[in-house]
Amino acid sequence: MKPVRVLVPVGFGFNCEEETSAAFRMVGAEVDQVHLTDLFAGRAPLPIPGYQVLAFVGGFSYGDHVASGFVAATRVRAHLQAELSSFLANGGRVLGICNGFQVLVRLGLLPGPEAGPHDFVPRAALANNDRLGYRDAWVRLGADERSACAWTRGLSTLEVPARHGEGKFVVESDAALARLEERRQVAFRYLDPAGQPTEAWPHNPNGSARGVAGVTDATGRILGLMPHPDAFLYPWHHPDYARRKKEIEAQEPGGLAIFRAGVTGI
Amino acid sequence: MGAFLPEAPNPVADVTRIEIATRAGFADSRGLSVARAIREHLGVAVGAVRTRDVYHVEPALPPADAARVAAEFAGPVVRQGAVGRVEDGPFDVAVSVGYRPGVTDPVGKSARVAIEDLLGRKLGDHGAVYASRIYLLSGVTREQAAAIATRLLANEVIERVGVQTFGEWQASAPDLTVPRVAEHAPRPTATVPLAGLDDAALARLSREKLLALSVEEMKAVRDFFARAAEEPRRRAAGLGAAPTDAELECLAQTWSEHCKHKIFNADVTYREAGKEPEEIRSIFKQYIRGTTSAVDAAIVAREGKSWLVSVFHDNAGVIAATDAYHLVFKVETHNSPSALDPYGGAITGIVGVNRDPFGTGLGADLLSNVWGYCFGPPAWKGELPPGLLHPRRIREGVHHGVIDGGNQSGIPYGRGWELFDERYLGKPLVYCGTVGRMPAVSAGRPTHVKLARPGDRIVMVGGRIGKDGIHGATFSSAELTEESPVQAVQIGDPITQKMMFDFLLEAREQGLYSAITDNGAGGLSSSVGEMAKQPGGACLDLTGAPLKYQGLAPWEILVSEAQERMTLAVPPSSLPALLALAKLREVEATDLGAFTDDGHLEVRFRGQVVALLPLDFLHEGDPTLRIEAEWTPRPAAPAAPLAAPATPAEGAAQLAAFLARDNLRSSELVCRTYDHEVKALTVVKPWVGVHRDVPSDASVFLVAHDASPAGYAVSEAVFPGYSDQDAHAMAQAGVDLAVRRVIAAGARTDRIAALDNYCWPDPLPGPSNPDARLKAAQLVRASRGLQEICLAYGVPLISGKDSMKNDAVVGGKRISIPPTLLASTIALVRDVRRAVTLEPSGPGLVLLAVGESREELGATEWAAARGLAGGEVPRCRPAELWPGYRKVGEAIAAGLVAAAHAVGRGGLAPALFLMARAGGLGLAADLSAAPAAPGTGWEGLCYGETPGRFLLACRPGELDRLRGALAGVPHGVLGSFDAGGVLRLRLGGRTLLEAPVDDLTRAWKREGGAA
Repeated sequence: MKPVRVLVPVGFGFNCEEETSAAFRMVGAEVDQVHLTDLFAGRAPLPIPGYQVLAFVGGFSYGDHVASGFVAATRVRAHLQAELSSFLANGGRVLGICNGFQVLVRLGLLPGPEAGPHDFVPRAALANNDRLGYRDAWVRLGADERSACAWTRGLSTLEVPARHGEGKFVVESDAALARLEERRQVAFRYLDPAGQPTEAWPHNPNGSARGVAGVTDATGRILGLMPHPDAFLYPWHHPDYARRKKEIEAQEPGGLAIFRAGVTGI
Repeated sequence: MGAFLPEAPNPVADVTRIEIATRAGFADSRGLSVARAIREHLGVAVGAVRTRDVYHVEPALPPADAARVAAEFAGPVVRQGAVGRVEDGPFDVAVSVGYRPGVTDPVGKSARVAIEDLLGRKLGDHGAVYASRIYLLSGVTREQAAAIATRLLANEVIERVGVQTFGEWQASAPDLTVPRVAEHAPRPTATVPLAGLDDAALARLSREKLLALSVEEMKAVRDFFARAAEEPRRRAAGLGAAPTDAELECLAQTWSEHCKHKIFNADVTYREAGKEPEEIRSIFKQYIRGTTSAVDAAIVAREGKSWLVSVFHDNAGVIAATDAYHLVFKVETHNSPSALDPYGGAITGIVGVNRDPFGTGLGADLLSNVWGYCFGPPAWKGELPPGLLHPRRIREGVHHGVIDGGNQSGIPYGRGWELFDERYLGKPLVYCGTVGRMPAVSAGRPTHVKLARPGDRIVMVGGRIGKDGIHGATFSSAELTEESPVQAVQIGDPITQKMMFDFLLEAREQGLYSAITDNGAGGLSSSVGEMAKQPGGACLDLTGAPLKYQGLAPWEILVSEAQERMTLAVPPSSLPALLALAKLREVEATDLGAFTDDGHLEVRFRGQVVALLPLDFLHEGDPTLRIEAEWTPRPAAPAAPLAAPATPAEGAAQLAAFLARDNLRSSELVCRTYDHEVKALTVVKPWVGVHRDVPSDASVFLVAHDASPAGYAVSEAVFPGYSDQDAHAMAQAGVDLAVRRVIAAGARTDRIAALDNYCWPDPLPGPSNPDARLKAAQLVRASRGLQEICLAYGVPLISGKDSMKNDAVVGGKRISIPPTLLASTIALVRDVRRAVTLEPSGPGLVLLAVGESREELGATEWAAARGLAGGEVPRCRPAELWPGYRKVGEAIAAGLVAAAHAVGRGGLAPALFLMARAGGLGLAADLSAAPAAPGTGWEGLCYGETPGRFLLACRPGELDRLRGALAGVPHGVLGSFDAGGVLRLRLGGRTLLEAPVDDLTRAWKREGGAA
């Protein structure tokens, strides 16, 4: 079988390209890291629609100045919107992690329209954490097992670190959020130690309503999430590894599982 | 505070103003946070605080474009934008805070990029976007708001403040003034006649021009130019007997203490009562480089070849890690700027030290940062001399700066620590360091070797040049005064630097340049002057140097410390490809001349030679400094012993109060605002244990995502208080603990390298420095201690730095820091999966104390807590200790140790608490089983800081094997961990303390009103 081809745009202050690329390679994909200025200039090895997966990685594109992900999203929209549209029309899958998620929300790809092709209209925001400031700590995520999201298929709960200061997913109204939940577009929620979705710090680092940690679009092919699956690829990434080696080694690392799901069935 | 730079008059504002505010119904979390800080720190009962971001765009945008920009900047849902002002209800006072002219404005820069792509057109050569913020305060008067502005919201060194009542706000038009720098024609190069000037006149000139050169140095300069006047080349260049301002400034930068380390290279006479005076020809050569040479020779003798790849001659030290990669490590300080502008100084500190590994060899990828700060007490209520910021404010600004610098650069922190002492009120110490990784080979060349050749082009890459940071190197080489120059403050811009690094790594892999170095202290004068040594000269043409604004004199362009710049040597054949790649990546790269082999640094501007300096005079022409050092041993008064706690509860309260001290309490919350695992190479994190809230002994990282389990451990230690008795003990205690910590983490004992960072009070005599000879003697004693321990442990010093003017003279009062030597360690780990932490994995594990305790309480944290003046300072016995360390290392490597901890500040009792907490377990330990020298009492056992001690936990079934492995090393079984959750320490038949670990934890975290 031909390996899945993944495009990882780099530059502009994104900085998780190495671990994200490592993750895709570990699950058998072939990765091209391409500088955004090369994409703008049409200098990538393949045109964007030639790839099957596009991953916007974590980082601090343009320092998160003005708003997180804003400047990078503005540039991507200005230079690449048409190519992204054909990529999506081809059935391409998209992953946005942390700053990449912020970019997808700013581009309007998440949560996206309820039906029809993507219209690039932003409908949500990732606001400042209720407790102002960045925080790096591991969280427990629960996947919506009934979601159509390709990236969460077969997943239930997993642990990964959250590392952000602007991660509170906000939509226009409670009703709008309820609608997303009904449509199974809330792909991941922060869980408390009892396994219940939580809005409370520290288990939910940003205070998002209903514990939203990650969102998919209507097609289930696009996933954006604030926590970092790219930071739990090896068992020894886990903070308890020193004490619970055997138990942790017995399971596939939760972050890697998301990448595996995402390249499966293409 | 005076104006930073002349502000341009703004008669007809061709400016669009855009405001972004939080929409009603959504939390303005920044406003809430500011309101909390105003109440907590200033005691002002402020009401609601709302915040706004303001962007001034020039030239003005057409109305439709402006409205579009406002809507896009706001985005959907949470925020609203408007052209002019957002109208959303009353407040009492508005405080606006924006940068002064010429201060780096990274947000404005990014906003401009967005606007240009949004509108599909450029703003033009004179276009700019300026970012600022507004705080709308309720429940305060105008006067209160003005005080809040200067004490909390703004730093007037770099920022402008506007205060308006609601009435004034409503009655006025939206403010359209922008901090544009008034541009004018460049000032011409001037000459500075030195002939005939006497000592007093030379000293005055040095002071007035902020040259920071001594009279001896000024005389050397004067005499050089008197000799050089008749040289044909100088005359042909139109230069005469008087140096140009550019020449004088270039010499001052190159000869600055910061760049030249004159004190470290001085001839020192060391006197000690009853002994022959000793002559030391350079502390650096004798004690530092000499140590590393000896260790290197021992490595070669033992292994046939050395793992030291490049030490001392480059920007950072390089050691071999794996077949594919080398590791690079450097730690710097950025103390003076952080005292003036904590945020800007600190962010510049971290992004500045990033450029050291990046400027080593042909450049290194950056893997992890370390930081450490020495501050005045955060709750300081005493007198604060005018001109000094409150230590709480310095602390917050420094954290914020290093957090932004590290996080935005995508570099995790591995180690972080804070230490508090009143003597850092005058000058805080801000240590920042970076570990890099370079491929052993890149583009077919050894990556650690620079090879600039005559004919190679001088190319400057990165940010533009402004007046920022002019005289930074000379300023940091002087004491702080009320008049310290505001130009000395730079503000690092991590995003500009990140984009530059991304570009340079591509260029490195394509082999487009032959040498690289960073523009830090001294700017181009230092980077080009330094690089010129290899080819044997340089002709630098400043005409095309990219400027932030017009009006800089050539000497200012030459010595500006504007950030985010690297200098490259580029073979002419590679120049077109390099410049093309830079253009594509939107990184500025400019050809500024060529390296030569004519023995001179020639600097040109618009066809004129503005400086012509022979390299040998530039680099070797400064007179060797002479320093007098005099040491009088200070025998410690015996410590008055404290009675053992009368009850276990009293002992528990004592430990709880001790753990809550500034220097021992948990700092987990603030540390979590630093990213520690971006890059996904972090294995042992800075915070470990069941609750992930106990500091690890060392952080352990993978080297690369290449399926190899090879890693490295980093740690550090610092004990400045010990200098009060003897800087020799201070230096050794730091190295010892830094080494023990990486061993406890499971690092190889034969692959440990160290960095020495000296921060000293001025050891040169002066009118307000009566004990300079003592400070010089402390320098010698610390360096001897350092040498002894490094030789005994076989630990090479691969890099270091010294900062020698850590004094503040304010209002005639001198505040000097205690001599502070930070020892940082980096060590190889064969297999990160076998790394060890201090967390016991479950009940039943047996706990051993390894290494002898002594009644050493002098200058310890316990002594500070007790207010104890006397007591013996903890002393290290390196030659006795090292064989035991190797056995501990072997036992860990053999898998016999389940958890390990190096006992450090505060002694055994806090160490036992930390292990219990990390395991989520209880612990019953009998300290009478700990190896102890005769005469060691309960205080020495619980709270003494004798170096050389480990706590090791093992499974009961492996106890005999572990004890066997430790044969010959003093050790004893203290007890075992249990599921009970209580820490119980006994001394034979007597229970010293008994407390639930959770209670101690609350005190340690200062939760629930504890302590």
